[in-house]
Amino acid sequence: MTRIPLNPVERRLVDSFQRNFPLIPRPFRILAETLRLTEGEVLHTLGQLAKAAGVVNRVGPVFRPHGIGSSTLAALRVPPERLEAVAACVSAYEEVNHNYEREHTFNLWFVITAATPDRLARVLEDIAHRTGCEMLNLPLVHAHHIDLGFPLAWN
Amino acid sequence: MHDTKPEDLDRRLVRILQEGLPLVPRPYHAVAEGIGVAPEEVLVRLQDMCRRGVIRRIGAIPNHYALGYGANGMTVWDIPEDRIAVLGEHVGALPFVSHCYQRPRRPLWPYTLFAMVHARDRVTMDQKVNTLATLIGSAARDHQVLVSTRILKKTGLRFAG
Repeated sequence: MTRIPLNPVERRLVDSFQRNFPLIPRPFRILAETLRLTEGEVLHTLGQLAKAAGVVNRVGPVFRPHGIGSSTLAALRVPPERLEAVAACVSAYEEVNHNYEREHTFNLWFVITAATPDRLARVLEDIAHRTGCEMLNLPLVHAHHIDLGFPLAWN
Repeated sequence: MHDTKPEDLDRRLVRILQEGLPLVPRPYHAVAEGIGVAPEEVLVRLQDMCRRGVIRRIGAIPNHYALGYGANGMTVWDIPEDRIAVLGEHVGALPFVSHCYQRPRRPLWPYTLFAMVHARDRVTMDQKVNTLATLIGSAARDHQVLVSTRILKKTGLRFAG
């Protein structure tokens, strides 16, 4: 796998602001002061990291899925020869926001977030019916740790 | 302006902001202008969503794959329900665990605790899983590591309409 090299300023920009991005009119100015850059340099660098390098997906809020709708983690046991077709079928639902192939007999794992519990149930039924695969529906019981970003090891 | 209720404004903000803030000097002003409300209102709504936990965090969202975190392992543990609360807190506090959730037991699926582990490669991943196994000890009757082999779709949250 390729790994994109970052200079020290880029590393600090990515690492230091995974959370606590300021909710003030000119937030990038705070980042600039912290890193001893200009606001323009911060904006330019973040733009480069996002667009050219793809190192930053975006700068903005991370929403808690179950905070704004109804969501679950589901898995399908897909015969390997049908994986491509079934994965495409699942990904085509706009309610599916993550879809991963994983090493297990339950080999397709996806997160569904719908506006209402009814809609969520309908999408699950629909996927089970259309794919004919054995399905696990594993809604959250309790979150012990919410994703606050994690320190990146740069060595 | 037909949407006046805070929850309507929140929903519109979620839809716009899942794509990220515009990289301009006054990003919240730009967002406010886009939906026709005052910038102060956008900041107040975002503060409120942070306070209520609807927003987990605001910041730069790194692409872990581009940064070399190629191995993403969903570790799952068969732990009795009455021991999850304490163990979940310990597991979730480890720096390499990005998510730690309790999920229901099923006939085909005995695993109740999920901990997502990120590492640069399989060897490092195995070391981290060993650390988890030591911490959890005999409380887990069984565990598995489901390494992701491919991301087939990854987007922010989207709502129809």
